[in-house]
This record gives sequence, C-alpha cells and structure tokens, in this order.
Amino acid sequence: MAEKHLGKQTVYFAKPPSIRATASIVGPKEGKGNLRQSFDYIIPDELWGEDSWEKAESKLVRETLAKVLQKGSMSNDQIEYVLAGDLLNQCIAANYGLRETDIPFFGLFGACSTMAESMSLGSMLIDGGYADNVVCVTSSHFCSAERQFRYPLELGSQRAPTSQWTVTGSGAALLTSEQTGPFIRHVTTGKINDMGIKDTNNMGAAMAPAAADTILTHFADTGLVPDYYDLIITGDLGKVGKKICLDLLKMNGLDIENRYNDCGVMIFDTKQQDTHSGGSGCGCSATVFAGYIYKEIMKGNLKRVLFIATGALMSPVSTQQKESIPGIAHAVAIHRSLD
Amino acid sequence: MNKNFTKQEYSKYVKSVSPNSKLFINIIKAFVVGGIICVIGQMIFNWLKGRGLDPEMVSGLTSTIMIFLGAFFTALNIYDELGRFAGAGSIVPITGFANSVVSPAMEFKTEGYIMGTAAKMFVIAGPVIVFGICSSVLVGIIHYFIS
Amino acid sequence: MSYINAFLVGGAICAVGQVLIDKTKLTPARILVLFVVSGVFLTALGIYQKLVDFAGAGATIPLTGFGYNLAKGVFNEVDQTGLTGALTGGFKAAAAGLGAVITFGYIMSVVAKPKAKR
Repeated sequence: MAEKHLGKQTVYFAKPPSIRATASIVGPKEGKGNLRQSFDYIIPDELWGEDSWEKAESKLVRETLAKVLQKGSMSNDQIEYVLAGDLLNQCIAANYGLRETDIPFFGLFGACSTMAESMSLGSMLIDGGYADNVVCVTSSHFCSAERQFRYPLELGSQRAPTSQWTVTGSGAALLTSEQTGPFIRHVTTGKINDMGIKDTNNMGAAMAPAAADTILTHFADTGLVPDYYDLIITGDLGKVGKKICLDLLKMNGLDIENRYNDCGVMIFDTKQQDTHSGGSGCGCSATVFAGYIYKEIMKGNLKRVLFIATGALMSPVSTQQKESIPGIAHAVAIHRSLD
Repeated sequence: MNKNFTKQEYSKYVKSVSPNSKLFINIIKAFVVGGIICVIGQMIFNWLKGRGLDPEMVSGLTSTIMIFLGAFFTALNIYDELGRFAGAGSIVPITGFANSVVSPAMEFKTEGYIMGTAAKMFVIAGPVIVFGICSSVLVGIIHYFIS
Repeated sequence: MSYINAFLVGGAICAVGQVLIDKTKLTPARILVLFVVSGVFLTALGIYQKLVDFAGAGATIPLTGFGYNLAKGVFNEVDQTGLTGALTGGFKAAAAGLGAVITFGYIMSVVAKPKAKR
C-alpha cells in the first residue's frame, strides 16, 4: 500500500511543496473583465506581434514562463522539469513556446483541466524527491481554439446561450521543495466521467458531473468537510455548469454554495462582455489561479483553497462521429500555512 | 454521478437548467436583416433592369454583386458582427454563402495559399454545392423521363 | 410594391432558418444544405417559380434561390440537349455565382486578415 495515498483517489504530501511564485498573461478581452487587476500583463492585441494565432499562443507560454522565473528569482537551469499543455493538436503552443528553454519537458493534455493536472504531477515529483523546482504552465487562445474547434473567426454565426468563451491567456506556477508556503497539501485525481452530453455548446453540463465527483471523492478520501476551505473553485464550468455542479453535490448531501465559485464565471463581466455562460479553456483556470487566487492567498484573505480544474476530453473528430463528451476534473488543495 | 441519474435523466435535467435562445427576438432580427438584404438585392436588380440589360444577365449580375458585397464586408471584419446580431438573417441570403467561403479562405491563409486558402475555402460551403448539384441532377433525370 | 414583397418573403425565409438554428441546433453548414436542396425540389414541383414571380429578389437572394437556379438550369439543359443536360445544367446555372465566390474569396484572403472577436 502506497503510504502517501489516501482513500481512492487522493494523495497526501508529507513534505508539501510550496508555490513560490505565479505569473499570468492575458488577452485584451480578459484585461477588461472582472479580474483585470490581478493579472501580470495584458497583451495589446491577440496576435501580439506574431503572424498566426498559434504563434501568439506559444509566445504567451514563453513569456509567462519567463515572468514566473523572474518573479521567483530563478533561472532556467535551476528548474528540473517544466510540465505544460494546451488545447491545440499535439499541444503545439507548449512545444513551441518552450523549445528554447533548455528545461526537461513533460507535455500534458488534460483539456482545460491541464493546470491542476500539471500542479498535481509537479507536486508528486517534488514530494517524491525527484525534483526541487518545477514549473507548471498552460495556455489557451480564443482565436486558435475557435479555428480548431468551431468556425473561422469571420464566419457570421451565432453562439448558443450555453456556449462559453475560450480565454486568451497563460498562467504559470513555480513549485519548490522549500517550506515557505503556500503549500499544496492534497491532490485528488479525477476519473473520466461521461454522462452522455453531446452538445459542444454546453461544455459546462458535460464537465459538471466530473467536477462534482472529484469534489465528493476529495471529501470522502480526506475526511474533511467543506467548511475547512475558504474557497472551493472549479475551472471553467460557466454559469450553467456551476449550477449543475451545485445541484449534483446537494443531491449527494454536500452543500458548498456559500464558499463555491467558478473561474469561468468570475473572469468575464458576463453582462457587458457577451460571453454567454462564461470563460473556458486551459488559460481560464490557469490565469484565475495564478492571478486572483494566488494573490488572495498571499494577502491572507484565503487560508485554504480547493482548486478543481475541469476539462472536456473531446475533439472535433469525436464530435463529428457523434460521440458524447467525456469530462475530467482534478483537485488541488492549497494551504496558506501548515497548521 | 451515475447513481443519481441515468444518462437520459441527466440530459432531461440539463435541458431544464440550460437557458434557451431568445427565439422570438432572434426571429425578428433574422426577419428584418434578411428582409433588408433581399431589398438591397431587389434594388440592384431593378437598377440593372432599368439600364436595359437582358433578364438572364440581370439576375446573374445581381447575384455576383451580392456575392461581392458579402465577400467585401467579410474582409472588412464586419460580416461576423452582423451574423452575431442577425443569425439566419445573414446566413441564409447569398451574401452569407459568400461569407462562408471567404471566412475560411482568410482564416487558413496562415497555412499557405494552396493548402490553406484554396484547400479550406469550401470547408463549410462545399456540402452546399455537393448536395445542390446532386439534387439538381436527380430532378433533371426525373424531368427527362416524365416530359 | 416589389420591395415590400421582397422584404416580407426574404425575411420570412430567413426567419424559418432562425427557427431551425434555435430549435434544432443545426449547424450553419447543415442549414445552408437544407435550404439549397429545398430550393431545388420546390422548383421541380413548380412551387418556387410562383414565389419568385411574387417576391423577386426576396425569393432569389436566399439560398433557396440558389437551388431554384440550379433546378431551372437543369430543366433548360435537359429540354435542349437531352439527358446529359441533367449533369451540365446545374453547374452552368451556378457558374457565375461559383466563379464570383471563388475569385472574391481568393482576393479577399490575399488582402484581408481575420480579426479577433471582442
């Protein structure tokens, strides 16, 4: 029996890794949203001087990595691993964004859950004694995602009210073995959960069962209660998915409404910005975590946070072959201090 | 989650909590914008006819001008905004057909003019031509045998 | 008068499309296919010609009008050249539109760039 494993799906860190620094860079639309104060840099336009959306997304990854190292006062050669991923085919934003970094690289795909996935694995690497310094970075870009998953930008189509807006942005976290905090205390790894939703304009409904399942499992495995956390926050369920997640938890006897929120609901001003159900994408949970959540933890406003990034594991091919959309959700518990 | 709901029950429940499109307002918008685009077409048609061109040529030229307008406003990055407002009102007219050809042509330019622009140009409108031609062949054959 | 008819009929055809988008979640490509094919068959049944006579551009500008054009072209060709007309008529009738859309599509892609939505 693995001694650091708790219950079915949770890991408890004996020597919990610290999050030494975070960095976030977002697009212009996100820079006008509710959380604009919390980001490190807002790019002036979506191309950011590049000649394609994909190259612009790679630049987001590259610059966010540079920013997090600068904020953590570290250089590339002190980092043992970088764990990164994005939404593009073969994760090219991460591959090309990181090709000149000279850091050993694990490419990850967890759709929009990749930020929590990379932080889970990074923490295990550090607690396991395989590394002292690990960077986790993920990105998404509205324009590159639109053309891969939906339609050309200039096509005059209408969005469904349940649809979500892919966040342009990249977020990074620098994890270290030093004992300064904030700490990653638990990690609950989600299972693939498919409730048969086929509507790609309603990703929140496809992912909410996975989020609810991971939250329930986290509390069952650890024996904790929701009051233990100041904030329980999902990645990109949006308004529709947020409501479904709450309902599903209530059916299972867990009421978290007074301490629950969703990054996709928070990032945009949904009244002003015409983003329908809210934000989505790897960059959504990554920038909200690296920007808003981390800053609130450092200010002391949040002592314990359960961060659950959610992903929809489909591709345009599976959608065209009439497959339903499997969801995934990974939880990471972050504590301001160890007490 | 599977113990709370079967997939059918979940899908029914999701439908009940998901907001619906504002159908009535959307229909009005589509009606007005679609109607206006057709009136513009009629104005071009009447103007060309007034110049004494033969009727066959007038309708061909009208379509060509409307296609140009659709392509032009797509290139100006305006047609997608119109589509966001009008929905089917700007998708269904022939200007929308032009938009569905020009928008991928522009979008995939980054992969080159041959494998990008040219290869992807009919990624949305291609089925329209395939099904349009196939059904016209079918009715043509039927017409041959019954006339 | 011709403008009012064009507005009403053209608007109504688009409104039908909007109902299909909102109620059936059909993608724009499927709607365009549906409209063209409907146009072809309604013309073959002799119904669409009446609508064109009544509404002019209100019936020819929507994509059902493209189908009308295809069917009309095929009928003319079949009457003139026999069975091969079934194959050639459609493309002949669509030639101006397709030529225009390909040429303008290519030119616009050379001169213009897509822009991010806000």
